[in-house]
Amino acid sequence: MLEVKNLHARIEEKEILKGLNIKVNKGEVHAIMGPNGTGKSTFASILAGKDGYEITEGEILFEGQEISEMDPAERAHLGMFLAFQYPVEIPGVSTTNFMKAAINEKRKAHGQPPIEAKAFLEMMKAKSKIVELNKEFLTRSINEGFSGGEKKRNEIFQMAMLEPKLCVLDETDSGLDIDALRIVANGVNSLRNSENAFLVITHYQRLLDYIVPDFVHIMYDGKIVKTGDKLLALELEKKGYDWVKSELAQD
Amino acid sequence: MENQSEDILLVKTSETEYKYGFTTDVEQEYAEIGLSEDIVRFISAKKNEPEWMLEWRLKAYQQWLKMAEPDWAKLGFPKIDFQSIIYYAATKKKPKLNSLDEVDPEIRKTWDKLGISAMEQNKLGNVAMDFVMDSESVFTSFKEELNKKGIIFCSISEAIQEYGDLVKQYIGSVVPPRDNFYSALNSAVFSDGSFVYIPKGVRCPMELSTYFRINAENTGQFERTLIIADDDSYVSYLEGCTAPQRDENQLHAAVVELVAHDRAEIKYSTVQNWYPGDENGKGGVYNFVTKRGICQGYKSKISWTQVETGSAITWKYPSCILKGDYSIGEFYSVAVTNNYQQADTGTKMIHIGKNTRSRIVSKGISAGKSQNAYRGLVQIQPNADNSYNFSQCDSMLMGGDCGAHTFPYIEIKNQTGRVEHEASTSKIGEDQLFYCNQRGIGAEEAVHLIVNGFCKEVFKELPMEFAVEAQKLLEITLENSVG
Repeated sequence: MLEVKNLHARIEEKEILKGLNIKVNKGEVHAIMGPNGTGKSTFASILAGKDGYEITEGEILFEGQEISEMDPAERAHLGMFLAFQYPVEIPGVSTTNFMKAAINEKRKAHGQPPIEAKAFLEMMKAKSKIVELNKEFLTRSINEGFSGGEKKRNEIFQMAMLEPKLCVLDETDSGLDIDALRIVANGVNSLRNSENAFLVITHYQRLLDYIVPDFVHIMYDGKIVKTGDKLLALELEKKGYDWVKSELAQD
Repeated sequence: MENQSEDILLVKTSETEYKYGFTTDVEQEYAEIGLSEDIVRFISAKKNEPEWMLEWRLKAYQQWLKMAEPDWAKLGFPKIDFQSIIYYAATKKKPKLNSLDEVDPEIRKTWDKLGISAMEQNKLGNVAMDFVMDSESVFTSFKEELNKKGIIFCSISEAIQEYGDLVKQYIGSVVPPRDNFYSALNSAVFSDGSFVYIPKGVRCPMELSTYFRINAENTGQFERTLIIADDDSYVSYLEGCTAPQRDENQLHAAVVELVAHDRAEIKYSTVQNWYPGDENGKGGVYNFVTKRGICQGYKSKISWTQVETGSAITWKYPSCILKGDYSIGEFYSVAVTNNYQQADTGTKMIHIGKNTRSRIVSKGISAGKSQNAYRGLVQIQPNADNSYNFSQCDSMLMGGDCGAHTFPYIEIKNQTGRVEHEASTSKIGEDQLFYCNQRGIGAEEAVHLIVNGFCKEVFKELPMEFAVEAQKLLEITLENSVG
């Protein structure tokens, strides 16, 4: 589904990604771990098409199609979703209206008519249950005055509504207490199927107790330096990132 | 990655065309160019006015001669030559209409283009409408139905003929001719406008609406609106405005007066879409308006809601004089400026009676090279015990070449008075846009969403159909203005 080859990218003069390779097939869950400042979140932003980065080398293929030149909305229409580390507030715009706009724009891009009101409301009702989101949240301004946990649950709710193929979760576990973490993880697990894929970016092994990955990648200094199964995350937890650094130094 | 930066899209702004820039080809009758006592007499004679009205106009004209143009607003424009304006233009065939079928087909075409065509539609929408083109009121629908309830809704010219005593009693009582330069000018040369009287205890069963349009070349439009709500009555009034696209500037200097008696409520909504000029700032309407209401009675209420998207220059402060004890004044405003538009708008809340309350919600949106200022006065007078005002002024900027300014004036002369003021300025955030984009909402649609959210508090004060129209106008005004 996603294949990233030798990706180099920079912000202004600073090179952040230095030859990143990753391949994600449908039905798989991949975790990317690594210390602060190694470019994990930058990678998520570049995948989604955020402005301000320059790709200097390499390719991003989504279902075989090069997407580096596409704007973020086009990528979303193809089925890419980013759960934000810091979800953004939009005063006066309810989650309901936001989702309606998002779904209808996607439908428009695929030549479909706008969603019917009844179908939309039923969908809202069903999907909000996945992350135990109260009805009142849907009518409030999106993310405004939401707690950290509510914001992240809202992200997963949106993911459920948009039914993307590739879901990128950017440190979704940060700022979550254990209950919220469980709800968010349950939500993600219920959305897993053989047709979609997940890329979970996190600092901590904790989230991976709930969302069990097929692959764990360790990212360091703009590259993936180690890949393994879920046991790699446990090993990393035990030995710390210094272990990775010293292994690299020996090479 | 496609570069959707603000700068590039700001250039595209200029491609957005003013949708209402057509002229209507009906035979016009003009007054001579320029202003003199003779012109005032000419207008009054044309309208077959009684002597007292002519005297009133002439007195205003004499006052105007002694006055100077004010220059305190944060606006820049070349000096207006008041002798190069035509002060009266009317369609030649004087329509005395009984039904819609008798309206000049050219004027009906205008209505079609404006999307206000069929009065039948209004019947469904329950809106009674008066249509003022240039200087003359063309049609007032639903008159009979309203008459049954004792409601008077007609052109001001007709009111001067038919309800002279009412007009005489109230005209100039809220905005005296000497109030300011433009109110004096308007009082001397006003051509038409609407008149509303709601009798005691009557709740007006439908929205009353006037659509103003400037059509003829080089004409000023000086309409005058007077609304009186007697004890325990209620009325909601809507005002819409357009003008054709012309290179020269057109002057619009209206006066609106509202009077609310005991427990009466007047809700006055405006969607102003005068021609704003082209992308280089050429042409456009100068909109210099005096709007004021007095809450004369105990527990009376006046609520102004305005959505200002048009005009090269907007200069207006719909105000409330809260004279009756427990009276309430409200002002809800969205002012959008793009290209070279300038707006200096706000309100005055004058608390005179005890326990009076007022609320101000102002949302300014600036794009292009435009300037957008909020200017508001909250005054609590010595006898206004326990009075309270809440003001909220938010500005949104799009791009780096526009400006937003807030000038709140607060005068409290009573120790029990309470005034709260909140203000904010924000840019449409790149992070907000990216968030929308990532969800599949394109740049244009994302701006609409964010801007509509920003204005929500004001839009919800508008009657339903008007809110939809206002939203669309906002979208047209800001088309391509941010990426």
